[in-house]
Amino acid sequence: MTAQTSTPQIPPVARDTAKKWWRRGGNDLDDTKYNWTLTIVLIVLSLAVLVPLYFTVTMALKTSAQAGTGTGLALPSPLTLSNFAEAWELTNFGRAALISAAISAVTVGGLILLASMAAFAIAQNWDRKLFRYSYFYLLAAMFIPFPVIALPQIKFMSIVGLSNPVGVAILHLLFGLSFNILLYSAFLRSVPTELMESAQIDGARTMQLFWRVVFPLLAPMNATVAIFAFLQSWNDFMMPSLIIANPQWQTIPVVQALFQSQFSANYNISFASYLMAMAPTVVAYLFAQRWVMSGVTQGAIKG
Amino acid sequence: MLLPAVVLFTIFITFPAVVGMFYSFTNYAGYGTWDFIGLVNYRAIFSDPRILGAYTFTIGFSLVTVLLVNAIALALAIALNAKIKLKAGLRSVFFLPMVISGIVIAYVFSYLFNTTIPLLAQSIGIEALSTSILANESLAWLGVVLVTTWQAVPGAMIIYLAGLLAIPDDIYEAASVDGAGAWRQFRSITLPLMAGYVVINTILGFKGFLNAYDIIVGLTNGGPGTSTFSIAMTIFTGFTSGDYAYQMANAVLFFIITVVLSLVQLQVIKRRGVTL
Repeated sequence: MTAQTSTPQIPPVARDTAKKWWRRGGNDLDDTKYNWTLTIVLIVLSLAVLVPLYFTVTMALKTSAQAGTGTGLALPSPLTLSNFAEAWELTNFGRAALISAAISAVTVGGLILLASMAAFAIAQNWDRKLFRYSYFYLLAAMFIPFPVIALPQIKFMSIVGLSNPVGVAILHLLFGLSFNILLYSAFLRSVPTELMESAQIDGARTMQLFWRVVFPLLAPMNATVAIFAFLQSWNDFMMPSLIIANPQWQTIPVVQALFQSQFSANYNISFASYLMAMAPTVVAYLFAQRWVMSGVTQGAIKG
Repeated sequence: MLLPAVVLFTIFITFPAVVGMFYSFTNYAGYGTWDFIGLVNYRAIFSDPRILGAYTFTIGFSLVTVLLVNAIALALAIALNAKIKLKAGLRSVFFLPMVISGIVIAYVFSYLFNTTIPLLAQSIGIEALSTSILANESLAWLGVVLVTTWQAVPGAMIIYLAGLLAIPDDIYEAASVDGAGAWRQFRSITLPLMAGYVVINTILGFKGFLNAYDIIVGLTNGGPGTSTFSIAMTIFTGFTSGDYAYQMANAVLFFIITVVLSLVQLQVIKRRGVTL
């Protein structure tokens, strides 16, 4: 809360001199003191996030003997790294990671391409009934959660020979389509029409207009869409577990469930496996987090 | 350029949906022959304790979780938007649950619920927590609520933070010049301006929680008994238990409920004058 808001009467000059070296880099321009109480409260609250992760990391580094006893709170002693090797081999982590990565890549690439093209076509032809109806037709899917059509869909996928990672990628893509067409359409509506018109006068055909003008404009949106689509696709358990028939082709989250019985009471090995399952998205997030926030705030300011 | 999206969509979503709806009026077991039986499946659902139980659990769990998630996310967003130290670091930490797979986090929490908390409670002497809440038929749902909340807060928080950033600072400055305290500013500025975002988060949250599956599978697998069996889980039993058509009727009913709820919420949005 910007509770202790400032002394707005301070003239600009005084404001500048009041700026201390330790305030540099802060992105707020007004002259309030840091709210230390709130900072400490937040640090304490962040334990709610960090404690489960602490357990995951420390458990993964313990020996079987230590992992099987006590509350799990203790630090690992002795420390061992062999759990990772064992979990890797047991779950065939390499293969599962490759399959998960392939599904996410197809989902993200396909989604960006299909959703942005569809939104562009709709925005260009908004005055034509067929396009308007198609838009609402595609948006309607936001009301259809996967469980509703799971039974016939899974049957259909097996009939057409897509009870495999390819099928999962197609469905991830299609279930993400509605929301992202909505997102792109909202963005395209804010693009000045003069920009498109001048390109058309210069003789750009529709495809050129899309690739040279529209698609580059969408770049910041694409980053946000890609991050969220990747997270959803990579972490999904429901669809791959129901659609992929062969357990050898399962994704990372499903593999965790498949090996529950074999992990049994070996918490150190199962937690090493969980940690490896978490690592890719956590690392990706730490690199990409600035786009997550910037994309969302851009949307908010426009809306 | 619109064609690929529409064609793929029709083949993979519309077509199965129509076929499934058709079968809900039959006695198809998932294999073999079938006959039309009209609305028999639908009528049977209303006297099936297993399905009614799943609806009660899922809707109740969703309501509680939506309330919790929104309260926590809004409070955290306001706090993380205030003038605090370590702002970037704290934001990163609070966003983290969003990027972790639901089933994986459920497995981690099931260890905490089953081992750590009971042992700690025993050593301190708290009787109520000395056995795992996941093994208690009347408390297991709380575990599901907690873990789902843990994972869902960041998503709602991002939307709230985006909303907060769109509120110009001058409003707060003017209010504090007029002598409004922190609580008053929250009541009279933040809350009304955030109302639209509350509605968006409620809709998105509710939609997600009604389809709860991953976390429950990892945490309780529907148990103990069937106390945390969700709607999605009952529908999926249609594969293995030979009641394909019956569960399809269940799915259609679930679809109608989802649509009605969404339309009601959208109506609220419209009245608020918020655009998505």
